[in-house]
Amino acid sequence: MNVLRSGTQAVRIEQDVVLARQTARKLAVEAGLRLVDQTKLVTAASELARNTVVYGRGGDMDWEILEEERRKGLRLTFRDQGPGIADMKLAMTDGWTSGGGLGLGLTGAKRLVDDFSVESAPGQGTRVMICKWT
Amino acid sequence: MTALSQQTIDATRKNESQLLASWQANLDASGASRDSRINHAEFETQTRDFLRLLLAGTNNGDSANIAASEWSDVRAFLDGLSRSRALQGFDSHTTANFIFSLKRPLFELVHTQYASNPTELGSQLWAVTELLDALGMYTVRAFQKSREEVIARQQEELLELSTPVVKLWDGVLALPMIGTLDSQRTQVVMESLLQRIVETGAEIAIIDITGVPTVDTLVAQHLLKTVTAIRLMGADAIISGVRPQIAQTIVHLGLDLQGIVTKANLADALALALKRAGLTVTKAT
Repeated sequence: MNVLRSGTQAVRIEQDVVLARQTARKLAVEAGLRLVDQTKLVTAASELARNTVVYGRGGDMDWEILEEERRKGLRLTFRDQGPGIADMKLAMTDGWTSGGGLGLGLTGAKRLVDDFSVESAPGQGTRVMICKWT
Repeated sequence: MTALSQQTIDATRKNESQLLASWQANLDASGASRDSRINHAEFETQTRDFLRLLLAGTNNGDSANIAASEWSDVRAFLDGLSRSRALQGFDSHTTANFIFSLKRPLFELVHTQYASNPTELGSQLWAVTELLDALGMYTVRAFQKSREEVIARQQEELLELSTPVVKLWDGVLALPMIGTLDSQRTQVVMESLLQRIVETGAEIAIIDITGVPTVDTLVAQHLLKTVTAIRLMGADAIISGVRPQIAQTIVHLGLDLQGIVTKANLADALALALKRAGLTVTKAT
């Protein structure tokens, strides 16, 4: 698997969510994702970026355009140094929220992408990786 | 901080007209006074007024502290100048240059005054530099503030403009949403829509999301709240402009939009609204 291009973008405030979304869309186009997949990835990025701002007290989004055999993909990693997720099973339950949202952000993001992983421990921050392939 | 000496202050007062002339010549040379956005006579008045205020300031107050009350006229003048420059579309560089181009004439004056006394020359040059730098910084800050005010006002205007509620038919309102739906915008949208429902007695409100690029859970939550509020007002809501990619995304996100009438485009939504109102559209033959 080759990384063709990569970069990092700050996700600190509410406006950064919009910027992260725009970056994700631009990169998804560049990676050659279809319109539906672009929309799915951008929506997942929007959810995770907002989680980073609201629950993680701000962090960063790393992006990589990948190439593997004949397919290309876009991988986004959202990192924060926030309080972390205490109960991962609960966090990955549809409809559960520790804030005032619908409780579908994390689980919804997982369903929208091809690869998904989340690492977190209380006090250690959270790291969510998503990837979508052509 | 070094203060201006009485000798310097007296010299500037005595040579006011000469200072003004060389300052204006300086501004002319840099092209600042020949800008089409500002007329030349106005520019000359500004330089004359500022120099007069500056001299009054140095005479009454401490040149090392422009925040003092003796400098309030100078500060007020610079506030006004910065604001008008910002509105006329000048950049911060040009605006600050108004002050900084006065350095050379003042330096020359100080030079001739203290030609025989290098120590005093150094300290007076330093005092003049500090004073003009402080005034220049103040101008830039005031300029920045006016610009920020302009931006804030434009944002507000945009907020108003971006949420027009249009009447499609008797009893049918439409709200074409464009761009990002954050909490603040949704609030404005909801308020203006609910208000129009009251005013027009509309029974059906169509929310068109064709112009919303991403529908995530937050947007969905805002939409659900808006629909609920519309229903509480006794009207029905239809969401239109659900594009195929948005529909698929909503399914995967796991959003439950059951019980909400949705249509692919505004035309379909209007057709449904007319049907509910018992109206049919026929071709005139």
